[in-house]
Amino acid sequence: MELLYGHPKSLVSIQSKYCPGCGHGVIHRLITEVIDEMGLQERSIITNPVGCSIWAEYYFDFDSVQPAHGRTPAAATGIKRNLKDHLVICYQGDGDLAAIGTAEIIHAANRGEKFTTIFVNNAIYGMTGGQMAPTTLVGQYATTSPRGRDPGEAGMGYPIKVCELLSSLGGTRYLARGAVNNPVNIKKTKKMIRTAFEAQMRGEGFTMVEILSQCPTNWKLSPPESIDWLEKNMIPFYPLGEIKNTLSTAAAPAGAGN
Amino acid sequence: MSKEIRLMKGNEAIGEAAIRAGCASYFGYPITPQNELTAYMAANMLPAGRIFIQAESEVSAINMVYGAAATGVRAMTSSSSPGISLKQEGISYLCGADLPAVVVNVARAGPGLGGITPAQGDYFQSTRGGGHGDYHTIVLAPKGVQEAADLTFEAFELSDKYKIPVLVLADGLIGQMMESVVLPDPVDMAALPRKPWAVGHQARDKRGVNHVSSMNLDPATLEKANLKREAHYDMVKKELCRYEEMQVEDADLVIVAYGTSARVSMSAVQAGRAKGLKIGLFRPITLWPFPYERIAALAEKEGRKFLSVEMSMGQMVEDVRLAVNGRAPVAHYGRTGGMIHNEEEVLAAAERMLNA
Ligand SMILES: Cc1ncc(C[n+]2csc(CCOP(=O)(O)OP(=O)(O)O)c2C)c(N)n1
Repeated sequence: MELLYGHPKSLVSIQSKYCPGCGHGVIHRLITEVIDEMGLQERSIITNPVGCSIWAEYYFDFDSVQPAHGRTPAAATGIKRNLKDHLVICYQGDGDLAAIGTAEIIHAANRGEKFTTIFVNNAIYGMTGGQMAPTTLVGQYATTSPRGRDPGEAGMGYPIKVCELLSSLGGTRYLARGAVNNPVNIKKTKKMIRTAFEAQMRGEGFTMVEILSQCPTNWKLSPPESIDWLEKNMIPFYPLGEIKNTLSTAAAPAGAGN
Repeated sequence: MSKEIRLMKGNEAIGEAAIRAGCASYFGYPITPQNELTAYMAANMLPAGRIFIQAESEVSAINMVYGAAATGVRAMTSSSSPGISLKQEGISYLCGADLPAVVVNVARAGPGLGGITPAQGDYFQSTRGGGHGDYHTIVLAPKGVQEAADLTFEAFELSDKYKIPVLVLADGLIGQMMESVVLPDPVDMAALPRKPWAVGHQARDKRGVNHVSSMNLDPATLEKANLKREAHYDMVKKELCRYEEMQVEDADLVIVAYGTSARVSMSAVQAGRAKGLKIGLFRPITLWPFPYERIAALAEKEGRKFLSVEMSMGQMVEDVRLAVNGRAPVAHYGRTGGMIHNEEEVLAAAERMLNA
């Protein structure tokens, strides 16, 4: 009998610490499915970031390195440069990547570091209990934006579109945004991860998949409500799809050629 | 094999020694007075197929070291005082994860941006941990270009042996001056022992999964890990204390000085002896572990006094006092702000103390 669907080999079979409805678990599963399909379990290294996914080493059944908050891309640089034929996954939350680690991500991307960043955008700081993130939407509540994010009077700034921000940098080759709100988007996100990992193994340059992800606990919503909220608020602001693709495998842009 | 002798700047000698020690990855960021070191690494690492990155900051550079060290290669960064402050977060993580690495501080005057001339005001930062948490790094203090090369080379060996980052604490004078150096023979990088705890090459090494982390959210487990590390530090203290003595046997006054201050104090001791003064020099080479026991033994002699000479407001003097533990008078003399005392000034300070 052929096994059509089972537990990924690279994903440890234990109950996770993630809250009900959290997107991190789904994303872990997608990563490990792709690693299994590519046969890379023993050649993969993940940098588990400071954030809710700090326990990634419990879940991923391959090597891991745990760097300081936001320094994840710098550490991943040191790893990937020394282990060129390994799959290096730089896993980051929105606080890690777009606040404290802004310098590190911009310069790693600009140098064209050949690891893949998995950027989990849940529009909030999960681990520390729901503070405003750089990706928190205007008007969205957080413990540090108790009356909603206010870029005007309160000077809280605007939500950062990371893919778009990085797309002008010469070192970036593949920047895509997915979501884990429904099976269709989950499948598309998995394909993006696969594209990025394959490009990394070909040594093509900086690749990143941003993934819009639910945080029911800190959004103060039930899991179904949080999916609804993500669809109504996040997707319209953070458009899904490939934001930049200059990989060798990319379809020629419309109108090119001939 | 006959040794190779070259006339080199301290900064370049440090770079060459690191390359010969098998440094596979170097990450730096420009800052005076260590710029020649970063440039030397760029010029010599890349053609050798080794890794050199000019990072976007010292914070990033030390975290690149963290990643590189996690893969088991010999990795290094260098900077000067303000940049070393930025590296403290990464050094704490390196220590928490028990990773070897070499950090070179070609120190300058502080606090703040301070100045670019040599100083020894980073002694507290270097020997007390510098970052957060219960940890130490091994601290080696060269007195000239030759020793800067030798200690940098050895720093890689010690760091690998003990799984503790090693800080080479030089200063702007040592970095900038030229002296002749006998360079160490290059190590065979392929022959360096594999590190079974490193990430990568899981299939080749036929091992289980490796995790490199400083995190430990269970207080009881973290306490155990810290106690184990402390016991390891105790062993390092026993094995590694290193110092040099000059005419201390009959000395009524022992100058305690490291690095450039020790170099100046050597001349002061010679000048003092020529005048018939019984003065000597005790030069710690390891600032951590600090040679407390030897200084304590020296303090047993009736009537002996100690003068800590430092290019700072007096930092190492606290360790000298700890070692002497009230058995003898201890004082500090030194200039600060990037000013370097000369031998006359040091001798005058020694004479004042002798006559006090
Ligand atoms: C230097 C430093 N500053 C602050 C913290 C506290 N901290 C831990 S996790 C975190 C935010 C994580 O949020 P995010 O990156 O969005 O990941 P999430 O938890 O939402 O997955 C912060 C601020 C820290 N550990 N280190």
